[in-house]
Amino acid sequence: MSRPMTLAEKILARAAGRPAAAAGEILWAEPDVAMMDDPLGPNLIQEGLERLGGRLRHPERVVVISDHCAPPANVAHANLLKVTRQWAKRYQIARFHEFEGICHQLMVEEGYVRPGQLVVGTDSHTVMGGALGAFATGIGSTEMLGVLVTGQMWFRVPTTVRVRWEGRLPFGVMAKDLILHLLGQVGPAGLNYQAVEFCGSAVDALPMDERFCLTNMVVEGGAKAGLIPPDQVTREWLQAVLDPEAYAALEWLEPDPDAAYARELVESVDALTPQVATPGNPANAVPVAAVEGVKVDQAYLGGCAGGRLSDLAAAASLLGGRRVAEEVRLIVCPASRRVWQQAMASGVLQTLYEAGAIVTAPGCGACGGGHSGILGDGEVAVSSTNRNFPGRMGSGSASIYLASALTVAAAALTGRLTDPRDILEA
Amino acid sequence: MTIHPKPIEGRAWRLGDNVDTGQLALAEYSAQGVAVYARHCLEHLRPEFAAEVRPGDLVVAGENFGSGSSRETAVLALKHLGVAAVVAASFARLFFRNAINLGLPVVECKEVARIADGDRVVVDPWRGQVDNLTRQESYPASALPEHLRELLEAGGLVPWLERRMRDSR
Repeated sequence: MSRPMTLAEKILARAAGRPAAAAGEILWAEPDVAMMDDPLGPNLIQEGLERLGGRLRHPERVVVISDHCAPPANVAHANLLKVTRQWAKRYQIARFHEFEGICHQLMVEEGYVRPGQLVVGTDSHTVMGGALGAFATGIGSTEMLGVLVTGQMWFRVPTTVRVRWEGRLPFGVMAKDLILHLLGQVGPAGLNYQAVEFCGSAVDALPMDERFCLTNMVVEGGAKAGLIPPDQVTREWLQAVLDPEAYAALEWLEPDPDAAYARELVESVDALTPQVATPGNPANAVPVAAVEGVKVDQAYLGGCAGGRLSDLAAAASLLGGRRVAEEVRLIVCPASRRVWQQAMASGVLQTLYEAGAIVTAPGCGACGGGHSGILGDGEVAVSSTNRNFPGRMGSGSASIYLASALTVAAAALTGRLTDPRDILEA
Repeated sequence: MTIHPKPIEGRAWRLGDNVDTGQLALAEYSAQGVAVYARHCLEHLRPEFAAEVRPGDLVVAGENFGSGSSRETAVLALKHLGVAAVVAASFARLFFRNAINLGLPVVECKEVARIADGDRVVVDPWRGQVDNLTRQESYPASALPEHLRELLEAGGLVPWLERRMRDSR
């Protein structure tokens, strides 16, 4: 019997066609899924693709999703979408989407990410898919070109950090608070080159929506992948997404019980409080109490780490029957059309509307500085998205505080950074 | 074209820790081509950089250089400006891979704090050494593993794959 393996090691071994893999080894593996988005996909790889023969090794493994520039805000965006659309047609990519939402959300909603798979994508938040027990990671466009042409890519098998969260998240505290807290502990490079495996009773209790937020943001600590070993929650979620045949064919890989971890962080979440990442870096986490009272111009609820139904519903639960502060704009950008539809059907959008929110088209929106909610010079935003680097959402002199959907909603209501529990308990 | 594995000498532009790809390729200039990214490269951190950097200059940064997004335009903007190599205390993995894939030499050196803005520096990514000519000091650096050296010597992933395809015919 081979040496016990972490989930990351197991998946990379399988994708490399080997019985085993150990951290530190360099191996060539075959991604099961290769996803490209609009800014970093077809428009950048086409020239190289022609040089390398112009043929895709496995077109059936390719997914193309236009999300950053959809709907387009200018001619450059529109042309980018056009090139991407034409490319998908030319190469007969069956799994092509545009105007439907954020690529990472569609990747899981459409059942493209499956447990045990190796998934690569031309966007750093591809790591989100690891919540389904896959090894999902972001790659550059040239790397993607190599994958398209050869079907393979080299990996250095990462060491794994195990994060074990026990206990129960207190009322008013969300997965976003957990991951910001972790990033604050490890720092912006604290997980560099590593995989993170999440476990513990607090993680077990999270619905998939919230789990996606955890794995989405591991890259803010530099991690190569974030994984949650599949359990009953994963199974139920996939049963709803996949047809019975696809579900029956799933390969459920799990970490071995005595696998070797580079580090284990064990913590009780019972006393965790709402967190905020102060401007500049997602790892600048502090309890919201430390920055309470900071005035905000914009409250933004959206993105692939804060625009799912659970986020919108949480914000609605706080804002129901209330009205956002006059000097604040609350912009809501659902992560996908499906999230938009579910939020509409369940009355969440109505509640947000009545509270004064502006609801925009699903997609990346203002998160990457694209459109629909860009910040002006010196403005202050609180956002449920995943990055707050200078200039991330527009002006380089704007300040972005990252927080949970509840904390964003609380700030929208009062016009200042506020502990959401003060309002929920009132 | 093959880049010959010789040391690279240049003038250092000193940057701090956690320089993210959004500083190298600013989102607000997206979809306008690499030349536009290059013109605004690092404008929030070093407003004079894009105008004053000269071909052959080196970027010398602290920990976690190139963190954040997967955008290769971060590498391409530096290449467009003629930056010959990047030395950093550590790199974010996406930037590191992208740089190798696009033929931009990257070297990890823990003693970057000894290098000041404007110092003349010689970088040897093949041997794993950084020499500071201004201070007359040498610092150990990490040598690239064999397969990455091969990629870099070929000029990046595309020429490397081209060569491999040619050889297998």
